[in-house]
Amino acid sequence: METSDASAVADRRIRDVAGVHLTREDRADLLRYMVMMRASEERALTLYKQGKVPGSFYDGRGQEAISVGAAYVLAPEDRTCILHRDLGAHLVRGVTPGRYLANYMGRAGGVTGGKDGNMHFGDRRLGSVGMVSMLPDMALVAAGMALSFKLRGEPRVAMTFFGEGSTANGVWHEAMNFAGIHRLPAVFVLENNRFAYSTPNELEFAVDPVERARTYGFPGVAVDGNDVEAVFEAAREAASRARGGEGPTLIECQTMRMHGHGAHDDMRYVPKEMFARWEARDPIDRYAERLVTDYGFEPEEVDELRRDVRAYVEECAARALESPMPEPEQATEGVFAAAFEPLGDGRAPWSHWRRNGEGSAP
Amino acid sequence: MNAITATRTPAQAGEMTYLAAISDALREEMRRDPTVFCLGEDIGAFGGAFKVTDGFVQEFGAERCIDAPLAEGAIIGTAIGAAVAGLKPVCEMQFADFISCGFDQLVNVAAKLHYRQGIAVPIVVRLPSGGGFSGGPFHSQNPEAWFLQAPGLKVVAPATASDAKGLLISAIRDPNPVCYLEHKGLYRHVKGDVPSGEHLVPIGEARIAREGEELTVIAYGSSVRLALLAAEELDEQIEVVDLRTLCPLDREAVLASVRKTGKALVAHEATRSCGVGAELAALIADEAFEDLDAPVRRLTAPDVPIPFSPPLEHAVLPQLEDMKEAIRELLAY
Repeated sequence: METSDASAVADRRIRDVAGVHLTREDRADLLRYMVMMRASEERALTLYKQGKVPGSFYDGRGQEAISVGAAYVLAPEDRTCILHRDLGAHLVRGVTPGRYLANYMGRAGGVTGGKDGNMHFGDRRLGSVGMVSMLPDMALVAAGMALSFKLRGEPRVAMTFFGEGSTANGVWHEAMNFAGIHRLPAVFVLENNRFAYSTPNELEFAVDPVERARTYGFPGVAVDGNDVEAVFEAAREAASRARGGEGPTLIECQTMRMHGHGAHDDMRYVPKEMFARWEARDPIDRYAERLVTDYGFEPEEVDELRRDVRAYVEECAARALESPMPEPEQATEGVFAAAFEPLGDGRAPWSHWRRNGEGSAP
Repeated sequence: MNAITATRTPAQAGEMTYLAAISDALREEMRRDPTVFCLGEDIGAFGGAFKVTDGFVQEFGAERCIDAPLAEGAIIGTAIGAAVAGLKPVCEMQFADFISCGFDQLVNVAAKLHYRQGIAVPIVVRLPSGGGFSGGPFHSQNPEAWFLQAPGLKVVAPATASDAKGLLISAIRDPNPVCYLEHKGLYRHVKGDVPSGEHLVPIGEARIAREGEELTVIAYGSSVRLALLAAEELDEQIEVVDLRTLCPLDREAVLASVRKTGKALVAHEATRSCGVGAELAALIADEAFEDLDAPVRRLTAPDVPIPFSPPLEHAVLPQLEDMKEAIRELLAY
């Protein structure tokens, strides 16, 4: 997506609206979580190159604004299904970089204790149900959680993420259709990062998937996915609609996957100039700059924040490396549950929840 | 038939069909526990293709007996979400065959969530299975072996009205995904005394449906009835083990019976290769080899789809005469 004058104006207006809801500390947080995601993924990539990560490595470089901006609106009692380009959402909800890195290395201290790898995790204590590799599946699970909120009359939201690749699968249709029929309190965050593995948009769909939302009976909005406040504002509005019983929203975030599908993918199918164009729109650099130009942050303050986060991730990595491998006998444990344990609540750093209390519609 | 219905009569009991017992179990649990709800195609105003949920909308409201769109993935997938968020969904596949459309959600999401993340998924998937009524290749299948290859799923297959109720209540209260195979041929042809009110049959426990000394028939679902009828008509010392649960399997009950009789025939309506019969034959060979007086035999459908035309279907599904023949042959070994 090219930035036209008109969309720059629209972005500006969205930021003005978002401004009502974000404090100075919230803005520092948004940058903090985006940097934390990038630093964690860079650290994980190094571990992969050092041979410490079995299997392959997958990241969401260039997409940090989406998972951070969207998850930032959530209340503790909301629930999530977070996908593999969305580490930022896990970090916002309270997963530490150390547990993420340990999971990549198959260590006992990873979120799944070695049972599943890479980004295939969800911390149930933080209200998150981990993804499966059949990517659109989680849209149905999120719809089901939203169904339970609706049946119990609770003002809660289920949020899930997927790429534009998922929208080609029939399961995605089943999820959107079901959510539309029952006006479920679900927020569907679609990350159009231009490629499903190597397949470009033009071979994925004839009509942009955001257009389909209204045919399911709910709004679809397109935002600049490299603008964290634009994503935040769209998600805030969607979550507010959901809590108010007005049903689901599909948010399409236009972005670009700046790395390969996995570390094994050299992206030979991507035109070089495309990278250059999107590099100039890097969500972290852009937001760091905006904090200074628009929101009165000192450049040193922003630099320090970025340095502090990187140091924290480095400490987390050291702890993750100390985590032992799981004991082989655990391979046959845990197939069946002995009892049902409810999901726990996630962290909700947005100042709104402290100012107004949990459950209050923003 | 008498062998099935002549069970102990509890203080408070009533005779009902297998179908009514399923309905009764669901109704009891929905009255007892407000988190239990049903989700399936045409189960609301219409009461379900087989009328299991007849009258449920009137008693519980449309929100607890949800008519789903024609989308089995959505039925299973949203049930998983609702379950992890604290509800207890009971999904109805209109026919067991249609689980293929929701299979991904069942085997990849539901079955693996606890192993991968420690998240329990208390859903029940009701699966009207089995042939014998010219339903053809897509309304007659016995898909239990599919589920047995997906660790994390429990699989039950009641043969009696009493077990139909007791196993369904246990399935609803179990914290794991449970595939509940209800054989359509038993719906209105099997009747029995069913305890009223709360009645639980533990998942994972087989029962001895008939005692005998000479030969063990190990069966479940519709084959239990065939085995009991055959045993009665042959008037021999036949023991019939009704598995009731296919996963987790009651290995001890099977082995104890085979060690006593020394001869085992495993019977099921599902196809032959890599089925429950193959698993049991391997189990018995591994654990009770020394006690065997004959090879373990299987009576199953051959490895073909269930055909439509009556003579073809009759040729494929195990019949009473086939059961008697298989027993006679093994007794004579």
